[in-house]
Amino acid sequence: MIKIVKRDQPSRAIFFLTPVLAIFLTLVAGGLIFFILGFKPFEALKFFFIVPIADKYGFSELLLKATPLCLIAIGLSFCFKSNNWNIGAEGQLTFGAIVSGGVALLFYEQEGFYILPIVILAGAIGGMLYASIPAILKTYFNTNEILVSLMLVYVSKLILDYLVVGPWSNPEGFNFPETRQFSDSAKLPLLFEGLRIHAGIFLALAAVVISWFVFYKTYLGFQMKVSGFSLKTAKYAGYKGKKMIILVFLISGACAGLAGVGEITGPIGQLHREISPDYGFTAIIVAFLGRLHPVGIIFASLVVAITYLGAETAQIFMQIPKYTGQVFQGMILFFLLASDYLLFFKIKFIGSKK
Amino acid sequence: MIIDINFIGLIIASIMASAVPLILASCGELITERSGVLNLGVEGMMIIGAISGFALMTVTGSLIIAIFGAMLAGVLISTIFAFLTQTLITNHVATGLALTIFGIGISAMIGKNFVGIPGKEFPVLFEGLKDTIPLFGPILFGHSIVFYFAFALPFITSYFLKKTKIGLIVRAVGDSPESASNQGINVKLVRYASILYGGAMSGLAGAYLSMIYTPQWIENMTGGRGWIALALVVFSTWNPIKILIGAMIFGGLTIIQFHMQAIGVRIPVQFLTALPYIVTIIVLVVISRDSRKIRLSTPSSLGKSFHKDN
Repeated sequence: MIKIVKRDQPSRAIFFLTPVLAIFLTLVAGGLIFFILGFKPFEALKFFFIVPIADKYGFSELLLKATPLCLIAIGLSFCFKSNNWNIGAEGQLTFGAIVSGGVALLFYEQEGFYILPIVILAGAIGGMLYASIPAILKTYFNTNEILVSLMLVYVSKLILDYLVVGPWSNPEGFNFPETRQFSDSAKLPLLFEGLRIHAGIFLALAAVVISWFVFYKTYLGFQMKVSGFSLKTAKYAGYKGKKMIILVFLISGACAGLAGVGEITGPIGQLHREISPDYGFTAIIVAFLGRLHPVGIIFASLVVAITYLGAETAQIFMQIPKYTGQVFQGMILFFLLASDYLLFFKIKFIGSKK
Repeated sequence: MIIDINFIGLIIASIMASAVPLILASCGELITERSGVLNLGVEGMMIIGAISGFALMTVTGSLIIAIFGAMLAGVLISTIFAFLTQTLITNHVATGLALTIFGIGISAMIGKNFVGIPGKEFPVLFEGLKDTIPLFGPILFGHSIVFYFAFALPFITSYFLKKTKIGLIVRAVGDSPESASNQGINVKLVRYASILYGGAMSGLAGAYLSMIYTPQWIENMTGGRGWIALALVVFSTWNPIKILIGAMIFGGLTIIQFHMQAIGVRIPVQFLTALPYIVTIIVLVVISRDSRKIRLSTPSSLGKSFHKDN
């Protein structure tokens, strides 16, 4: 007989083990889906998860995709830890990219060491500005931040579309919806010859270290944790709730904005319509899979980045539709949430009595 | 200048047509939320309904199978959400997001083989009566059965919640699951049913888009309508009749945008396209500003898990 018993305390070991279980279950379910679609499951999984990162180039691509995911997820963890549902990181990324791209275009055909820092800063500010909208509406007008931040994603993409088609489009670009190429001084330096991995990865690593410090070593981190557990307790303790809401939104907006900068001044080198394959949404999954823990998020961003690469490889070699990547991402989150059940409940096997 | 009165009727009818998917999905989500469950997966369920309806129509050739199949698909995908949030007691917000991401992926995967296939004509009712009454003829007649159903739904939903026993049970479960449970009501069963019903209505909303409104399959064709439907529920302060008003406003914004482009208003097209999203934000701000009113009308246990120890 099976009996389900509530645990007295959530298990800490299981807290960090369930993400691994979730990934395993996703692989099993993914194999099943491939089988249903008429592919050999093991071969498909190999093309999805192993072939893409088997060489130096593949590994560089993995880091390239993991960088924005990690950066955004770190920012989101500030929001999620304190019970603020910012799901519009994609919009903050886009707006950050717009602002920094605009600044980079101002320095068109100019060189100088000072250009890149200004461009990066502009991106962070752009992301912060855009994130401040849901934050201010939430704190002062009691408006649901989930819906506002999401609506702003659509708005940001339309602003970008307007700019690259209209006023910012490359005058010598034959009406392609794109801006001029940025000057070299406005681009993040590449780390290795012939590989696309760029210096943006250091921004992500810096975010990891800083967030770890803030979460576990500062009063703010403690306040966030308490507010996450119980808003009532936070109020009772006299925390300035409004200030904190705005602060966590600004932090996550800055991170998303920086991720946008990394894309346009890194692999892309200009503004055009599609600067992000939904990194902002996927990063939500990364944040959860990483258990809102900085180190966990590093691992999670690498795992989820594979789904992007795998989807491309599987499409080229096996004609598996590239959207399988998104299906995998959704499944990881489903299985992760489901396995959380084991945190709070124990399954006991009891011998049947005769 | 003489304005053809029937032309105005046609514009109003087109506004109503673009309001249909919003009404369907919002009324479904309203029941789900009234039972205390916040399902943010509306966009995902809608897109699943859209591809299921279109695919079944193309494969079987039967419109009836396609419409009901799309609703069933909505039910099936919302079962995942129901199982996770009710049986495994997961967080509603995160699970809803997962549902949307998963739904968009799955729909694109299935839809790959259906891109570029022309849709079928969907039969309309009372076509012959269109020209009998000026202005009202085009508004009242010549629409699909789903259209008429959508405009009846808010009234049915209102009657259901206020006057029927099951409706009262749904509200009781949403407002106070503990006392409902003490009264012997199976809270989880009620919530399961409310979630699946919401799935069916979102599925139907999606099928309306891909089979009737713009009869074809385009990737991501719901284009945020699921999220606007969610916003409409807040806008309505959980009152189905007000969903009708809200959906007409948003339908109007969509249609006006087409007409302004057609008569050559010199506003960038992207701004007009962004209008419904911006207006949604403004409306949400105006509605939510009065926090007392929101608190009074929101189902008290919305988004909170309920678990009874045995």
